Amino acid sequence: MNLHEYQAKDLFERYGIPVPPRRLVRDPTEVEAALDELAAARHAQDAGERWVVKAQAHAGGRGKAGGVKLVAGRRAVREAVAAMLGSRLVTRQTGPQGKPVHEVLLEAPCDIARELYLGMVVDRARRRVVVMASAEGGMEIEQVAARWPDRILQAAVHPLVGLQPYQCRDLAFGLGLQGEQVKQFTRILTALARLFQEQDLSLVEVNPLVVTAQGDLLCLDAKINADDNALYRHRELAELRDLRQEDPREVEASEWDLNYIALEGNIGCMVNGAGLAMATMDLIKLMGGEPANFLDVGGTATRERVAEAFKLILADEQVKGVLVNIFGGIVRCDVIADGIVGAVAEVAVQVPVVVRLEGTHAELGREILECSGLQITAASDLTEAARTIVSLVEAA
Amino acid sequence: MSILVDQHTRVICQGFTGKQGTFHSEQAIAYGTRMVGGVTPGKGGQTHLGLPVFDTVKQAVAATAADASVIYVPAPFCKDAILEAIDAGLRLVVCITEGIPTLDMLEAKYVADEAGVRLIGPNCPGIITPGACKIGIMPGHIHRPGRIGIVSRSGTLTYEAVKQTTDLGLGQSTCIGIGGDPIPGTSFVDCLRLFEADPETEAILLVGEIGGTAEEEAAEYIQAAVSKPVVAYIAGVTAPKGKRMGHAGAIIAGGKGTAEEKYAALEAAGAVTTRSPAEMGSTLKRVLEPTAG
Repeated sequence: MNLHEYQAKDLFERYGIPVPPRRLVRDPTEVEAALDELAAARHAQDAGERWVVKAQAHAGGRGKAGGVKLVAGRRAVREAVAAMLGSRLVTRQTGPQGKPVHEVLLEAPCDIARELYLGMVVDRARRRVVVMASAEGGMEIEQVAARWPDRILQAAVHPLVGLQPYQCRDLAFGLGLQGEQVKQFTRILTALARLFQEQDLSLVEVNPLVVTAQGDLLCLDAKINADDNALYRHRELAELRDLRQEDPREVEASEWDLNYIALEGNIGCMVNGAGLAMATMDLIKLMGGEPANFLDVGGTATRERVAEAFKLILADEQVKGVLVNIFGGIVRCDVIADGIVGAVAEVAVQVPVVVRLEGTHAELGREILECSGLQITAASDLTEAARTIVSLVEAA
Repeated sequence: MSILVDQHTRVICQGFTGKQGTFHSEQAIAYGTRMVGGVTPGKGGQTHLGLPVFDTVKQAVAATAADASVIYVPAPFCKDAILEAIDAGLRLVVCITEGIPTLDMLEAKYVADEAGVRLIGPNCPGIITPGACKIGIMPGHIHRPGRIGIVSRSGTLTYEAVKQTTDLGLGQSTCIGIGGDPIPGTSFVDCLRLFEADPETEAILLVGEIGGTAEEEAAEYIQAAVSKPVVAYIAGVTAPKGKRMGHAGAIIAGGKGTAEEKYAALEAAGAVTTRSPAEMGSTLKRVLEPTAG
């Protein structure tokens, strides 16, 4: 689960990690009061009437896409906020449809001496939470990794004893920090590690972590991904989920415990098991077709779930045919076939459906499908199933 | 021969009296697995499916001399269940449950490694040596004793591979589903090492998917230390970036972990790959019996 920047910064603040004073607005009429409060909170070295306006959306690359603006004067802030709110922000990471902006974060700018990068992530290969730090802040860490891998400093967190102060110092000195900054860095990183552990995060990124003109460390940006599997023990965190940032079809699917991801093609797929679902998409492509979605109906392909799955797939108007691939395993294929026939009838499916059933009583299952009187073709083999649906869709 | 489990393996079930534990233990017993008991805290002393129920894993091990455990308890309690099994001295722990927090697994995996315990899963179908021992949720009837060692990150896609090798008369020595989570207890490399050393395994089928670098690590190991033929299929060529494809571990992050990268690494290491999930079996057949066409 992704958090918005403002949510991540609130969490940072709760853990004592330095973030700039900020105000969130959901309507242009809130701008004036928000700026008054920010101006009052500011120190003597006021940067004049300059403000940072940041669109809140679950997307990297906001700056280049116009989602982060430095503007002068209150009127310019109001205009920028009005333009952002209700718009869809399209960045390199969002795809052409973009992400909706419902909130804008306002901050006072600060004078920056250096931009650093600091991140924590679960490193699967090393089976450790790993800290990454780089003096190349402000750039995407993937680009730094590709160009100058030796400029990314790392420290692995021991799963039982946790991150140690010496590891923080190692990184701090490696980044060229000095004196009080080393202590600040150690405090920040120790707090980040505690946040990561206590809230079951899968990624946290501060990019940039800046050294201000005054020589202090400050987190100008904050990105957090939380582990979905652990949300049951973090109710407060779970409430921060913003469903508006997610594909509405994927949200609906998750309410039925279905795993659905929309793609660009025209052949709908319904499969039990994530690996087999991906393999089925690949096979459609191999046969010259284009899959319209990933959909895992899970282990229990009951009539209700199959019917919901059909509704989801067919809500996509591009879909010209559906391939159902179920490896029955322990569940009997005749039971699954009954469910599929019932669901196709219930949803009144108008496009060709090819079903490949494998497992116990597969023959009986195919018979039920063939005799249903519906537009269902039973296939006995995976290749045949994929080839059949591709040719049926091409012919349509 | 086989790897990790055979007809002598004595198995207990944690979460024995629950719905999943009951259903799959019945299936395992019917298959011929030497199930010797189960654990459900608070139900010690009862009999379930004709087998003794214990309050703790330690009691179960003391009374039954079990050497393996299969875990069906709900995700929030799995770390505890795994650690209990390790502490009780079991040498093999198979965790079927899906949805365990990643940080729980980091700790459990660390403790398992320290204790030298083989942990399989979580979020996996389990392990089976056909005709001898089935630990997990796979349908037993599609398997046949035979020559192929199968290791896979998937569930139903593994069954697909199994069925193909059964239909072509190759059969399986042992099949391991290592699971679709980011932190699996057992890796491809672990299984490759075991299959390489198993005289009954003539060839290895590796079924991978997008996300992480487990297949790349497997490729390195194949090049360095595997003399037996390896056939590989990777699911997710058509998967979009940044989306989690069902499995928590199946996500292309930062442009890394694509199927194409994995294919390239495996091919460079000398593995024979197939782009069709329907041709895993026939590719193995061709590799093992080149003259058979």
